Formats: sequence, structure tokens, C-alpha cells
Amino acid sequence: MRRRLPDALIETAEFGQAVAIGDARVSFHPAGHILGSAQVRVEVGGEIWVVSGDYKRQPDPTCAPFDVVPCHTFITEATFALPIYTWDPTTAVIDEIVEWWRTNSAQRRPSVIFCYVLGKAQRILAELLPRLTEADGPIHLHGAMVALTEAYRASGIRLAPAERITDTMRGAALARSLVLAPLSARGTPWMRRLPNASIAFASGLMRVRGVRRQRAFDRGFVLSDHADWPSLLSTVAETGASRVFVTHGWSDAFARYLRETRGLDTGTLRTAFEGEAGELTAPEEPE
Amino acid sequence: MRRFSQLYESLDRTTSTNAKVAALVEYFREAPSADAAWATFFLTGRRLKRVVPSAGLREWSQEVTGMPDWLLGECYSAAGDFGELIALALDAIPPGPPQPERSLASWVEDRLLPLQKADLAAQRAMVIEWWLGLPRAERFLLNKLLTGEFRVGVSHTLVVRALATVAGTEPTTIEARLMGEWMPSADWFSSVLTPSADDEADPSQPYPFFLAAPLEDPPETLGDRADWLVEWKWDGIRAQLVRRAGQTWLWSRGEELITHRFPEITAAATHLPDGTVLDGEVLAFKDDRPMPFSALQQRIGRQKQVAQVMRAVPVVFVAYDLLERDGADVREQPLSARRASLMPLTAADSVLRVSEEVEGSWEQLAALRRESRERAVEGFMLKRRDVPYGVGRRKGAWWKWKIDPLTVDAVLIYAQPGNGRRASLLTDYTFGVWHEGQLVPIAKAYSGLSNAEIEELDRWIRRHTIERHGPVRAVEPVQVFELGFEAIAPSTRHKSGIAVRFPRMLRWRTDKPAAEADTLENLRRLIR
Repeated sequence: MRRRLPDALIETAEFGQAVAIGDARVSFHPAGHILGSAQVRVEVGGEIWVVSGDYKRQPDPTCAPFDVVPCHTFITEATFALPIYTWDPTTAVIDEIVEWWRTNSAQRRPSVIFCYVLGKAQRILAELLPRLTEADGPIHLHGAMVALTEAYRASGIRLAPAERITDTMRGAALARSLVLAPLSARGTPWMRRLPNASIAFASGLMRVRGVRRQRAFDRGFVLSDHADWPSLLSTVAETGASRVFVTHGWSDAFARYLRETRGLDTGTLRTAFEGEAGELTAPEEPE
Repeated sequence: MRRFSQLYESLDRTTSTNAKVAALVEYFREAPSADAAWATFFLTGRRLKRVVPSAGLREWSQEVTGMPDWLLGECYSAAGDFGELIALALDAIPPGPPQPERSLASWVEDRLLPLQKADLAAQRAMVIEWWLGLPRAERFLLNKLLTGEFRVGVSHTLVVRALATVAGTEPTTIEARLMGEWMPSADWFSSVLTPSADDEADPSQPYPFFLAAPLEDPPETLGDRADWLVEWKWDGIRAQLVRRAGQTWLWSRGEELITHRFPEITAAATHLPDGTVLDGEVLAFKDDRPMPFSALQQRIGRQKQVAQVMRAVPVVFVAYDLLERDGADVREQPLSARRASLMPLTAADSVLRVSEEVEGSWEQLAALRRESRERAVEGFMLKRRDVPYGVGRRKGAWWKWKIDPLTVDAVLIYAQPGNGRRASLLTDYTFGVWHEGQLVPIAKAYSGLSNAEIEELDRWIRRHTIERHGPVRAVEPVQVFELGFEAIAPSTRHKSGIAVRFPRMLRWRTDKPAAEADTLENLRRLIR
């Protein structure tokens, strides 16, 4: 927060620590989305509402796991709320990344993964840490990723070693590298240092082949910091909420599905943001 | 099928054509011939005759995944491909007993083809068993084989290049061997790879078509007018008429046999000497002038020709070129020589006629071209007199000098996601023009915008959606586009009372307010 809003007045609270605001008791609970991401629980006179914010249920070494908070009304995200969005286990996706990187290295081709600068990049680094061997090439970061990555390290998150790409690095110096960069770097002169790179994109959007091909990525790694269809359904059930408001992404479809098949009282909330689902067409936003 | 699935993956994971050809070459060298034959069949865009009804696939996928129909529709708008949608959605379902590995040929011949004749219940049981028993990649491929939508970003040309590399022959030889009708088999595949050209060829085989490139520069840049043969560009079906072994075949450019659709052409062809192949255009022609393409469509649509339709829409074969004479391939001769041999085979008023040469200087032609619409043609074809008949689309020898399209300024009113690689982007647009204070839909268009414009418009649409009906979004009537189209005709099937041919977006008129877009009255005035 401090990096994005340097002048803001920020008051912090531990997870689970209740703060009284008028008649309301307000507390934060881990959302498992990225480091520090939280759900907000609001209790007034025994009536409990929970706002999930962005969340996921897969384990993530960079943040505390999602905590199910029982409530009466649950406001959930629905970025990937369609049955076609089911995530494979993270280990399987990391296996794919490692295999791709090693194959490229052997052909002396750099491997570039485009991903969000906050959250996804650090999650990939953390997942790669136990996989690295002596034989692997170096990991490099686009300049835009360095500050947030250092902030993660400073918070005690263990990440694979990664170095900023400097202006003099190009060609042979990067032939065996794995490079993490924001999507906005694609098609800029910065990419000229990586002439024959294999290009990948890490996002839940890569679940659909047509989306990857339209943007001409060689590889798409289906790695999302949002909940997939099965975990959206199980999360709604576990909260025990009888009323659910849905926001972001496929909110109309998810609200209708919950209403028709689960008999829940549902509604949708409008938003100007499309999160990861709008990642390819929207200007860069934090997840 | 594992090997074929791996080939598919390698093709899908690169955007380099060389890498794709290399993957194909490796597959064709290593796979058993029967598998390679079927792979060639599918990769060149052929499809099995319907194995199971598509309504069945939809119903069974709902049954297995428990998805209501509307949710399946939402998934389709995100995935853009039905086969992929099912493959993905089944990940959320516990798998069934694994299917044993079997070769591609065995999948097609022992499992899919027999299913064509099975009853619906048996089809349902088998398809569901396969869906639940195959890993995702193979489940996806199976759906591709079942639905026939086999898009993998490999062009026909790349497959031909790979086969030519494996065979050590010219791509044109392979191209010729892949034309026409064939049944994939190990023997057939071996014959495709035979090094020599000692074709005891199937007499029905046409030659690959030579195609023209669009002329972008003024015709004066082509040099001396005398070097060029100029013909009208007819708006019909490009076709090859093959007369061999006492029989006649008529092939469309899409390599489809259309002999039986046009009995009068077949009848006229019986007078051709054996061993003759003509390149030309099937044209609906009545009262000394071509009829619009929409008339010809009445003849294409039906397998059985009703006498009444044949009378209402008579056709002719307008010959452009001679490719084979007395059984000898004459494509290497210059066009002037081929035309000279062609002339005696045709007659001015018969069903088999020649496409006349148009006289006049470049300047006079430019003036004549403006009469194209009245003459029901699309402009001119310009062909160098001294060049052989080539293969595919090559610049320099043949040009199409088309008329400028008709245009209209219309307002974007609906948008929905595209298919395939345009899935999840809103790229299918509906446009309207003003009529009595309302916008009446007149055309759907999909092409003409750059990728950057598509993305900008996608963002705008998402933020200015007024209503949603399933995947279709009604948007604020703000954005004006200049649409181009080739022809306009009255229509009783459209609410607007008109139908336009080949509409596409020419320009995003960000300078024009919606109120100043065209009216239906303006558009009606264009109908001749």
C-alpha cells in the first residue's frame, strides 16, 4: 500500500483483530489473493457481512491462506466464475514452466513470462525457489518488478534469487534466462534485447486456447490469483451465507447459477474494474 | 492418439512456421502411415461426415457437467469453441475409467466411423465414456474430430511443405496429389510420398488453382498495356471443368465436387475432347447478362436440381484458361498460347463460352471499370500474357482490379464475442442506420479493424453496455463506422428490407456523431 499510495494515512490491523467503528465491529481476514490481501468482516447487532475482495483457495507460499468466515451476507468476486475455469494444481503448472524454461535454455533461447508485477511475479519466484538446480540459468526481472519484489523479501517471503535486467544485458547474456516482465513491456524497444525469446503469459485467462492464440503467446501458463469455479462454489457454501452479492467478471452468470441451483438470495454489484479477466485489454491494474 | 496429441501440442505451442513444419516432418516420418494419412486428412481441413449430431453433444455435455443451457451459452462466449468448452468444463468432473491408448487411425476407423450408424443411445454412452476416460488434451482432440472444427494454425501450404520434405518432391506434386477425393489409408499415404510422378492418376483430379492478388497501385505501374490480357471479373463460382476417360467433373475452388449441381455444364462438356481441363467461372446468366450471386446461391444450396429452379437460374461456364490439352499438362505454356488453344473449344452463345478480352488503354479501362456495377461484374482481371499458370496466390502475374465498394456510415448497436482466437473479445458487431427516428439493423461485420482498434472498441463496449441478452450486448448508439459492401439487394428476410453482400468495416468515424449516420432511405437508393 505504502508503495502505491506514499502519502496516505494508513492505520493497520492484525488479521482477526476487531476494530469498533460506531456500532460496527470490523475485522480483516486473509483472502489468499496476494501478500496482505484481506476479506473484510462487518458485524452490526449480530448481523454479519463479509466482503471477500479478490481471493483464491489454492496454497500460495507468499501469503496466508484464505480463511472461511461464516456470515449472513457474503459479497464475492466472480472474475472466473464459469465452469470452464478450473485450475490444475500449482505444482503441475510450475512443472510446465520449469520444463519449458529448461528446453529453451538448451536451445539458448530466453524464456519470457509476462505477468502482473504485484503478486503473480512474486508467487512464481517463491514457487521456483525449491525447484532451482545448479544447472539452471539465471532469473531476471524487468525494472518495474524490482521494487515490489524487494518489498516482499523485506516482509520475510522467501523468493528465488532474481536480478534486474540492466541496459547492457542483451543477446548471449540472457540466452538461458527466465525473464519476468509486465505485459506492458511487450512490443516496446525493451524487448529488442530478447530477439528470439519464447513468450509466455501467466494468467487464468490462458485457460482458453483462443485467447492465447489471438495474442500470439507461445505458451500460456494457467496461474491465477483468483478462485476457480469449484472453489467459488465451495466457498459460498462454506460461509453459510443465505444472501450473496456478486461482483467482477462473470457476476451475472454466477449470481443466476447460485439463485437457480442453490436457492440463494443473490444480486450483482457493478464495478468499473474487470481484474484479471480484463487483463489483456485493460491498462495494467494490480490484481 | 497420444502421438497425434503431442503433434497438436507442438504445433499449438509455437508461432514460427519453420518450427511447425519441423514438427509435421517429424510426425510424418515417425507415425505409422495409416495415422499419418488421417493426420493429413484433418490438418488439411477435411472433416468426417457427421459422426454424432451436434445437438447430442450439447445435450450430453449438459448432462455430464450439470450445466443449464444458458450457462453453456456463457461458457461458449468465453471459450469460442464448443469442443474446447466441453474439454475444459469436464475438468471439474471426477474422471471415469481411463481409455486404453489406441492409434489415431484406430480411433477414427474402429470407434468414430462405426458410431455414425449407431443409434442415439449408443452414441451417447460411447461419447460420455470417452469424455470421462481421456486426459484433457486428448478429450479436446476427440471433440475436434467429432465437431470437425479443426483449427490449429497450420495452413494447407505448411502441410504440403512438410509432406514434400518427407517425400523429397516438389510441393506442387504433393498439392496435386492432395486435391480431389481420397480416403485416408496407409496405402494412400505411401502413394502421396512416392518420389516419382508416375501418376496412374485418378482421372477426376483437378490442378491447384492459380489465384490473383489485389491490385493496389494504379494499373499504369504494370507497364505496357499490350503485355496484359484484361477480362471482366465475374462474380460467380471459380471452377475447373475436367473431361477425362469419357467422364466429366466440375470442381469448385474449395476442392468440392459440384458436378451434379450444374447438369447443363456437364452436358455441354461431353463435346470436349478427352483429356481437357478448363479453368473458369460458373455464372448464373440470363437475358444476356450475369445474374447476381444471390441467384446462383439457389443452385448451390440443393443437391437435387428442380427443373423450375434450373429454368429460373440458368448457368454458363465462362472459361478463362486451358490447363490440359489432349491429356498433356500445358500449364507451363504462356497464357497467350493457352488462350489460343482454348478458343476453338468454346462458342459465343453456348453454355461453354470464353471470358472475352476487354480492349482499351489503361485510361479507357479505368472509365469502363466505373460501369462494373451496371454490368454486374466486380471489376477487371489483369493477366500477363507471357507467364505460365502458377500455383496459389503469387504477386506479379495475375491481378484483380476490383471496383471500390459501396459505403455507408452506420452506428454500432450490438456486439458479441467472436469465435476461436477472437473468443472473449467483442468482435462480432451489428450496425444500424436511421429510419423514422430509430436505428434499424442492416449488417453484421467482423473484419476491417486493427487489433489495437478491436481492443479499444472492446473496452468501450464493456463500459457502455445498456442491456445484455446472453452473449449479445446492446450498446449506447454512439460509435459510427464506415462500412463497405459489394452489393445491395432487396430482401424480405431482413427487417430493414435490404441485404448487403460482404459488409466490412472500412473506417472508425470517430469524427462523426451518431445522429449524422446514414438513413435507410439513402441506402435504398443504392439498389439498382
